[in-house]
This record gives sequence, structure tokens and C-alpha cells, in this order.
Amino acid sequence: MQETCKTLKAADLEKLEEICARRGADQGAVIPILQDIQEVFGYLSEDAVNFAADRLEMPRSHFYGVATFYAQFHLRPRGRNVVTACTGTTCHVKGSENLISILGRELGIPEGQDTSPDMNYTLEKINCVGACSIAPVIIINNGVHSKMNADKITKEVIKLKGADDGKQRGKD
Amino acid sequence: MENNGEKIEIKVCMGTGGIAAGGQEVLDAFKGLLGQAGIAARLDKNCASHKVGCRGFCSRDVLVDVIIDERRTTYQYIKPDMVARIVEEHIIGGSPVSEWEVQEDYHTFHDRQVKVVLSDCGEIDPEDIDAYIDGGGYGSARKALTTMTPEEIIEIVKKSGIRGRGGAGFPTGVKWEVARKQPPKTSQDKNLKYIICNADEGDPGAFMDRAVIEGNPHAVLEGMLVAAYAVGAEEGYIYIRAEYGLAIERLKIAIRQARERNLLGKNVLGTGLDFDVKVKAGAGAFVCGEETALIASIEGQRGMPRAKPPFPVVSGLWGRPTVINNVETLANIPYIIRRGADWFASLGTERSKGTKVFALTGKVRNTGLIEVPMGISMRDIIFSIGGGIEGGKKFKAVQTGGPSGGCIPEHLIDAKVCYENLVRLGAIVGSGSMIVLDEDDCMVHVAKYFLNFTQTESCGKCVPCRVGTKRLYEILDRITRGEGRESDLALLEKLSKDVKSASLCGLGQTAPNPVLSTLQYFRHEYEAHIFEKKCPAKACKALITYRIREEFCKGCGACMRVCPAGAISGRKKTPHTLNTAICIKCGSCFDICRFKAVTKE
Repeated sequence: MQETCKTLKAADLEKLEEICARRGADQGAVIPILQDIQEVFGYLSEDAVNFAADRLEMPRSHFYGVATFYAQFHLRPRGRNVVTACTGTTCHVKGSENLISILGRELGIPEGQDTSPDMNYTLEKINCVGACSIAPVIIINNGVHSKMNADKITKEVIKLKGADDGKQRGKD
Repeated sequence: MENNGEKIEIKVCMGTGGIAAGGQEVLDAFKGLLGQAGIAARLDKNCASHKVGCRGFCSRDVLVDVIIDERRTTYQYIKPDMVARIVEEHIIGGSPVSEWEVQEDYHTFHDRQVKVVLSDCGEIDPEDIDAYIDGGGYGSARKALTTMTPEEIIEIVKKSGIRGRGGAGFPTGVKWEVARKQPPKTSQDKNLKYIICNADEGDPGAFMDRAVIEGNPHAVLEGMLVAAYAVGAEEGYIYIRAEYGLAIERLKIAIRQARERNLLGKNVLGTGLDFDVKVKAGAGAFVCGEETALIASIEGQRGMPRAKPPFPVVSGLWGRPTVINNVETLANIPYIIRRGADWFASLGTERSKGTKVFALTGKVRNTGLIEVPMGISMRDIIFSIGGGIEGGKKFKAVQTGGPSGGCIPEHLIDAKVCYENLVRLGAIVGSGSMIVLDEDDCMVHVAKYFLNFTQTESCGKCVPCRVGTKRLYEILDRITRGEGRESDLALLEKLSKDVKSASLCGLGQTAPNPVLSTLQYFRHEYEAHIFEKKCPAKACKALITYRIREEFCKGCGACMRVCPAGAISGRKKTPHTLNTAICIKCGSCFDICRFKAVTKE
């Protein structure tokens, strides 16, 4: 407990305490706690997971085992913009593979990774969003884009990059 | 609600499909304009699945129903800027905007369907419990809890012949009966039992469960309530994919409303029954659709299945008797109680009763969510309801049951759709995905797609599945790359049989089905890849070459602009050339060329 507390900021500790208190301490709370941590922090940091495990007096390895089993959990920080490509069967037969390679290229995601080095974009694949009748589907920061093709996706990326640049400038 | 004595109702599609197409903006436009026009129309956020209001025809979203004095006009492809004209000409002026109305095919899409589970989807507001109650909702639960014994309910469910809609097709009534009969473990034991609604709809290409929950969540809750009374359970869980945000939100609203009406909670309807429901969001693991893995996941473990028996009805969640039913199964229950076992059993075939909801997608003209009686032919589904193949292409096969299923080729398209028949043909009803494939789809590639899926999703607990699916995938991968070996077909068959017979759970036991099924009906495609190094459907990238035919090329430069690899060169108005050495075979030039100058060989 001591060592994890050192590396976590006080404000973060408070949030973690709140999550653990809300979800209770039984075995069934493990996944909801991890989901909440990810919701609040964007990903599962080692310290946050260890904190929760210690708090529930369960082996850290158990939490780690659960976190690595499920596809929903991310153990590394993600980009500020998340683009999700559906790879369900219908999207697949309607050309999602090609869309994914276009997205990877346009967003500057290195081969074999999912986030651009500048942390601006994460490209992730999802098994099926269940929107098959409007396939192929690409989700850009929670907005569902239906019946995509190479042309439409390229335009959406340009739009996304423009909006993102604007946001960045606003910060400066 | 009244305007010159007229009753006006507008229903806007607000499922995931409807929202993606701009349903919220359309609804807002109606609200704004009608506020200005001073017409008190009742604006229903009338949903169901993908569709909402669209009654399954999500590819036409946003669909809008305008009902004036029970005369219904349905509009398709509505955008917010079209709303003003509908309000002015139709709602105020009284004459519908005929060119925006749905066409003949909208009606053929619906005519062959029989709606039971979907009957209220797209008609009622899923976020309003009164809309459900007004249509008779919770009447079945009231009837069951106040006038029937648990045994009588189980008898009706058994007699109706309903079988599990999640894929395996186990008789629902029998499952309930076994769970009911589980005795307390000791004399002090409170004999706790659980009802779990399996909404972990993981099959890629399936969205029936989401549609039902988004469109009519109370039917699922009512089904669970009846099941709880019949089985003797006090607690229920709905295990749902985390990806289904809208469905989760609507479920939570529905549960809250049901608690307010004492339809959930302590002493339900004054009958002394305690029953409450919790929503558990999954965390992205396909294997959790398997019931023992699902239980492990609710218990906070890695979602790994265990050997059966004991079955969950004997020892399930926290070691207690647990009934796990699929969303669609539970949503059928209120209708069975309301209309009787005989009515339900009159639908369908001798051994597959009732209707089934399918997600009809792929290369078919009318994609969407359909509900048909069991026993309907595949041809009726694809060509009558689906309107045939889009773009005038040739039908090749329909894939049913997702990664656990198989495909049905053209010569078997008159096959009747029921549990036994599809298994006999090497496919399964499964959860209900139907993906139509046309001449451009390579069957080896399709098999590879599914094996890539299962090898990724295999939980890794048992070796036959963990290693077997990976090896199957690798063999398929090399075949699609033109590196297949003569012995590969025999190897695929042998390995498939081993994986099927030796795997621990349903995932591994069915994972080779897409391979066996495509080998059975499309062996020639495998052979063409292996022996001739050709992909007959021209889908496998490694085996095709793009070229520009000089005699057709106008030199417009469209392909050059779209090529991401810079592989095309040429001056304006002179034939371009494609450098095959740096071509990445993305097909962008092929898609964009208006002169058919780019060929794929």
C-alpha cells in the first residue's frame, strides 16, 4: 500500500478510494472497479490497479490477470482522439480492412502499434459494434459514421485533424 | 395531442442506426417546427434497435412515421432539412410528401415477416414504461404471479416448444424445470437461485439482442420476472456487452421505472415475491457468451469456461442453481403467457417452434433486422425480404451462425431454416446472424476471417482450441497468400475434427465449422488457391494484380490522385501506367475509375 501511494497524486488517490468504496469489496467488484478506473483515468496504470488490489486485499496478480484477459482494458495511455474501426463480418466483407490501412496511414500510427507517437490518435479495432446494416462502420470519438468508403474516411480524417489542430492552438 | 380533432403522432427512428443517421437532429427539427407551428403532436422517441420506428429497416434511416388519425405514412432517408416540408405539406396541409415515402420494397421487406418479439419494437417509446403497459405489457407477469403456480408456467413454456434463441436450442421449459427442482443444499440453506439474461451478443454480424433491448427493454425484464417466479429466484443479472452503450442506458432506465411500479424489488405486485435485476457490463471477451465463462466473468474472474457437468442449472453463479437465457428467449415469454402455448406452437416447424429474429446483412439489397417463422426458406429470406443481391451481382452463399456456423451455397438455398436443418447442412441457426456473400467474396478468405477471430478470442485454457485454432488460421493464411501445400486440405480436415472433438467449450467445439463448411461446398476455391495460385473471387491480395488498360484509360488522373502508394504515373489525357512493383493492392484505383480501365486479375 505504502509504495503505490507514493507514486499516485493525492487527487488520484481520492478518486480511487471513491471508486473502491462505491463498488464494494466482494469478488464480483473486480471488473466494475477496473472499468471505473479506466473511465476516470483513460487507462489502467500499474499503480492504480495495484492500489485497488491492495484495497480489496486480493492478490495484485489477480487484478492483473483480469485486466489482461479482457479486450476492453488498456494498460497503456491512449491518444487524445480514439478512432474505432469495426471488424465485424459484415464490415469485413464490405471492405473494413482497407479502411483500417488508410486510417493507420493517415493518422500516422506506426506498424504494429495502435497509438501515434505524438499521442494524438489511437486506432483500435473492435469485433462488432452490431450496426451491421450500415456497414462498414467507423467510430470517431464516439460519433458513429456509417457506410464508409476510402473517399469518405479520408475526408473524415482531414476534418478530425483540422478540429484537433484547432483545439491544440486554443490551448496554446 | 389534439389538433382540429385530429390525432397526430410522429415516430422517429432512434436506435443506434437511426442516431448514426441523424435521428436526434430529425426529432429536434420536428419538435422545434411543431412548437412554432403550434401543433401539439406527440413526439415519440420511438425506438428499437438499429432502427427504431424503422422496424428493422435500418439501411433506410432515418425513417419517420407520421400517423394522423391512424393513417400512417412512412418516410425514408429523412434529414433535418427535410422536416420543414413534411410539417408544412403533410401535417399542416394534409397531403403527404409522396416522393419521400417508402417504396414498394419497404412493404415486401415486411410482408413475409411475422413479428412477435419485435412487435412492439419500433412502435413504442422504449424509455417509457407506460407505453409498454398500455399495449398490455406486464400483463403476463401479473397473470403469472397472481393466478398461476410456477409449475403451471413451466408447463406452458414447455408446451410452447420454445428453445433457446442464443444458438444451442435447448428447450427453455426443461431448463426452468431442472432449476426449480434443485433442492436446498442443507436444511439451513435459503436455496438461492439466479436468473441471468445473456446479452453478451458477441457474434460479429449479430445485433438481434441489442435491437430487442434498445427497442423494448421491458419485455426482457418481464420475461425475467416470470422466469424468476417459475424457478424461484430472487436475483437476476443482465450480462451485456460494454459496447452496447445505448442498450445499457435504456435497460437502466427500464429497471428504474419497473422498480418505481413495484414490478421489481421487494414484494413484487404484492405477491410476496422478491426479485431484482442488476446490469453487468462485459469487458470485451467473446468467450463470455459461453455460460460458464459468463458466470466466471460476473464473479470477477478471467472469463474462462469450465467443464460441464455440473451444468449451471445445478451449480452456477456462486455455486447456486442458475438459469441462463438469451435476450430473445426471455422477450418471447410475455407473449407466450399472454397468447398461450398453442398459439406459439402453431408458428414454426414440428421441432423448431415460434419465430426467430435474424440480422440480415452483407451483400443483400435490404439489410436489417427481420423476424420470420421458423421453417421459412432461405430463398424467401434473401430474395423476398432481402430483395436479392445488391448491385446485380451473383449470389454465392449465406453465412449463418457467425464464427460457430457455416455457409449455405446457392444450390441449397431452398432449405428451410430451422435448428435441425441448418445443422444438417453444416451451418447453424446460432444467435441469428445471416451474412449474404456474393461472387466477389472469397470463401477461403471468409474462413480465414473467422479463424482469425476465434484464435484471437480463444481463452487459452485448453490446448486443442488455443493451439488448434491458431494452426488452422496459419494454414488458411498461407493458402490465401498463394503458399498453400498439396497436403493442406487433408490437414485442415483432420485438424478441424480434432479441435471439434477435443475442445472444452462451445467456442472450440464449433470454431472449425467455417472451415469444414467452406471445404464442403467450395473445395474448388481452395484448390484454385493451392494449385493454380489463383483466387477465383479476386479477393486475396497476394494473388491478384491490378493493371491499367491503356485502350480504356482517358488520362483523367483520378486513380493517380487516390493512389496512396504513388504507384500510378502518367501525364494528363494520356494513358497512365501502374507500377506493380510498388502497388499495395488497396483497390482504390479500381473503385474510383469510371471507365473500367483498371483491371484486377
